[in-house]
Amino acid sequence: MTELNSDVIEGKKTMTAAEDAKKVEMRRKAVNMDLVPNKLEDEEICMEAKDFRLYYGEKRALHNINMVIPKKRVTAFIGPSGCGKSTLLRSFNRMNDLVDICRTEGEILFDNNNIFHRTVDVTDLRRRVGMVFQKPNPFPKSIYENVAYGLRIQGINKKRVLDERVEWALKGAALWEEVKDRLHENALGMSGGQQQRLVIARTIAVEPEVLLLDEPCSALDPISTLKVEELIHELKDRYTIVIVTHNMQQAARVSDYTAFMYLGDLIEYKDTDTLFTNPSQKQTEDYITGRYG
Amino acid sequence: MSSEEFTQHISKQFNADLEEVRSHILAMGGMVEKQVVDAVQALVEGDSGMASEVISNEKQVNGMERRIDEECTRIIALRQPAASDLRLLVAATKANTDLERIGDEANKIAKMAIRLSEDGAIPRGYIEIRHIGNHVNAMLRQSLDAFARFDVQQAVDVVREDKSVDVEYESAMRLLVTFMMEDPRYIKRALNVMWSLRALERIGDHARNIAEQVIFLVKGKDIRHLPLSSLDDSDLVNNGEGV
Repeated sequence: MTELNSDVIEGKKTMTAAEDAKKVEMRRKAVNMDLVPNKLEDEEICMEAKDFRLYYGEKRALHNINMVIPKKRVTAFIGPSGCGKSTLLRSFNRMNDLVDICRTEGEILFDNNNIFHRTVDVTDLRRRVGMVFQKPNPFPKSIYENVAYGLRIQGINKKRVLDERVEWALKGAALWEEVKDRLHENALGMSGGQQQRLVIARTIAVEPEVLLLDEPCSALDPISTLKVEELIHELKDRYTIVIVTHNMQQAARVSDYTAFMYLGDLIEYKDTDTLFTNPSQKQTEDYITGRYG
Repeated sequence: MSSEEFTQHISKQFNADLEEVRSHILAMGGMVEKQVVDAVQALVEGDSGMASEVISNEKQVNGMERRIDEECTRIIALRQPAASDLRLLVAATKANTDLERIGDEANKIAKMAIRLSEDGAIPRGYIEIRHIGNHVNAMLRQSLDAFARFDVQQAVDVVREDKSVDVEYESAMRLLVTFMMEDPRYIKRALNVMWSLRALERIGDHARNIAEQVIFLVKGKDIRHLPLSSLDDSDLVNNGEGV
């Protein structure tokens, strides 16, 4: 400030507009340091929804969604119940195909191919785009078999390979230390938090490219939640992660980008820092600050 | 965004908490404003009684600062506020610090007033003190008004105004320096007047800081340490944008 004022006091000539603009820019840079928020435009694209619409019977659940899911980043979807965030998440690996009355229009691109194209092998798509649900759903088998399940389906049967991959996946899901001595016990005997991490291990065992997490922590206690969040943070180096959560602080903590949805529309989608400190849409503001919608 | 929006949370207790912080900031602002007016008056009129009063009121201002900070910390811990709520609390915490510093400056002026009333008045400098005093007081009031009403335009005016206070301060300094050279017997007393002017100039800076916090609070834009031309940003004052 003193620097600024001394300009005037010492009677320095007024700067030209160009000089002034340059100075503003320089100061901004100097002031902002490294805190420039990430920009979606600069990211490598992993998946992209283009004019995507989804109907349950007559009811339109998603209106013209246009968004990109950046590669090796965590993208969070937030919004009130029934806003379509889970529906959109499920669309990314065609989980909605299982709903009879569900119909889609528009496209979702994955590696520049429309995943709804008739030549797409859904099983292969779901291997590449894995999903973890709200409630942990381990199979009523041993811990080991749960993780090895997907691998066996892929035709991997060599014990040595399976052992390696199971250990790798359990380590990746931050569960190995807790279960390494009881790999052959029934998975249903684990705690909820462990079960959820087991499910994540099962999902990453087949090495998907994208992880879809549908409220992965809503049935977990705060400590298990923190472990899963920490896991998400570690996994994002290797996977593209999309997470749906009702817990806004969680979205703020774990994600790089956040999308706010409301009544089937994508209202605002930008870097998490900006969305949570200075959203540009009133609906977003009202939702994240807990005001009447 | 308007000030009423802080009463629309689903949690009524949250509304009440935020409203309390806001009203406490304004109450503290009023208190500090009076401290400055009284200190300047005490100095100009050589009223040491009034000056002592200012000094003893300083404790209340300090107490208020602690109270507001405590409230803000508690709300952040309990509610994890986001967006405008978070900005309100951050801005309140910072404005709180600035208000307390203004209180400190008023305290300094009051001390100078006591010294000057003991040593005797000098023929120069009082008009400037009164003038700059009125000026920074108006700025302080404006910045508090802007805070109360979430008025960006008014806050921008305060930020611009600070520059002219600085100009006035420099010219008053020159005047006093000349005066001291003319008559060295007055140096000690003239220095007291100079310290007071300095305190007033600092109050202007703090008022400016508060105004900058108002802009941050309403628009989410941090304009600190940027040249004044960054205030010309059209969407800063245009109320159509932002929430």
